[in-house]
Amino acid sequence: MSKTVRIPTPLRKLTNNEELVEVNGSTVGEIITELQTRYPGFQERLLDDKGQIRRFVNIYVNEEDVRFLENQSTALKEGDEVSIIPAIAGG
Amino acid sequence: MEKNAGFMHALKCRECGREYPLTATHVCEYDFGPLEVAYDYDRIKRTLTRNNIASRPKSMWRYRELLPVAGDPTVGQQVGFTPLVKADRLAAKLGIRELWIKNDTVNYPTLSFKDRVVSVALSRARELGFDVVACASTGNLANSVAANAAAAGLKAYVFIPSDLEQGKVVNSLIYGARVVGIKGHYDEVNRLCAEIAGKFGWAFVNVNMRPYYAEGSKSMGYEIAEQLGWQVPQHTVVPMASGSLLTKIRKAYQELIRLGLVREQPHRIHGAQATGCSPISVAQKAGLDFFKPVKPDTIAKSLAIGTPADGFYALKVMQETNGSAEDVTDDEIREGIRLLAEHEGIFAETAGGVTVGVAKKLIASGRIPSDESAVLCITGHGLKTLDAVAGHVGRAAEIKPSLREFEALVATEDQSIVNT
Repeated sequence: MSKTVRIPTPLRKLTNNEELVEVNGSTVGEIITELQTRYPGFQERLLDDKGQIRRFVNIYVNEEDVRFLENQSTALKEGDEVSIIPAIAGG
Repeated sequence: MEKNAGFMHALKCRECGREYPLTATHVCEYDFGPLEVAYDYDRIKRTLTRNNIASRPKSMWRYRELLPVAGDPTVGQQVGFTPLVKADRLAAKLGIRELWIKNDTVNYPTLSFKDRVVSVALSRARELGFDVVACASTGNLANSVAANAAAAGLKAYVFIPSDLEQGKVVNSLIYGARVVGIKGHYDEVNRLCAEIAGKFGWAFVNVNMRPYYAEGSKSMGYEIAEQLGWQVPQHTVVPMASGSLLTKIRKAYQELIRLGLVREQPHRIHGAQATGCSPISVAQKAGLDFFKPVKPDTIAKSLAIGTPADGFYALKVMQETNGSAEDVTDDEIREGIRLLAEHEGIFAETAGGVTVGVAKKLIASGRIPSDESAVLCITGHGLKTLDAVAGHVGRAAEIKPSLREFEALVATEDQSIVNT
């Protein structure tokens, strides 16, 4: 059932400024497809021509980078929170 | 857009080239590519000459046409123009003909190269009307934001990993900044700050102000070239955390060549990491153009970024300039700190130990040929990371105030002194 996606500022134009969006997909890949259906243009912002997560996009499930999990195959369960975050400079 | 934007033209996506107004924004809406400041180089070329630069005060702002502020800088006018030290004793030790230390351990006011980027970011933040500034930091940036904000009368929030060296925590608190320790490593601090920046209307120097902030690093490259008598060094060794400094030093050299201020000549740029957090050097050594994020575990906390935002571009610079990358263990980092201190009298923080340790490896393996010349970028002061070397530098001898005890001590240690 329901998982939450936290939408980053650069993508809020697509979501009518919604910051938190409820989704049902059972993997990270599925929710990207789901968001694309609801907000056309969403998928191309996150994925490159080959369908891979773009190099400057970081996706986290409950604070863990999906590249340490199973990328787009990472399974989601009820209540999980997904964050989409642009890469940041050093400090 | 501002009517008068100085020599800036726009923000431009490094991936797709789309242009954006010169506001506090850092990411392309289409592909998340980083935005970078684009300049009007034709206009810059008409005003920026060697003579013009030489007539200006000795700070990073002598290159102001190439730095992204619209008017005069209002924060950190004294930052930069740190010494370029000819390091003959260290050169002999490492086995290279000529070696230079770009010594940002004495940068003003907080003893690291971060004062360069913060001076730009806060000056620009003021131009854009912000009165609260913030940053995600491994320590040095927090120190610099806190100090420079205090001097400018801006309110500062700094976010750091909660396990940071005490010196770096105190060094932010003292200026009255609100310091927030996050239970996690820098990449987690970063992620949280990206979310906070989206919610609070602050100038986050390395989030929404990043395009301006990052440009401040170029000043280190301009200074190296000017201090070498207007030439680009054959080799530059640069520590890598996010990889930003390395890419900006390359940009600085290229801009000077483009403006005719230095002659074009081959220059190799090498990247230095700690083995406990080496996503970029591992990728470079494997010949890859992408890196695998890691979870950092190193004493070089100022370089402990497991997901380096500019890693891709850093790899590209090393490939284009025929440079290389290397990484060193915690013990080699401590050795690097000692080598620099014992041969040149310069006490660097752990990142400096990384740079010296990597230079040693690159010279020994011939990747920096021994008959050539190299510049090492030393980015922060050793007093900030005392914890990392305390317990590894021996101990002070303790005696009674008695000449006899002192003579006995010396006799056990060094016959050459006793006999003179």
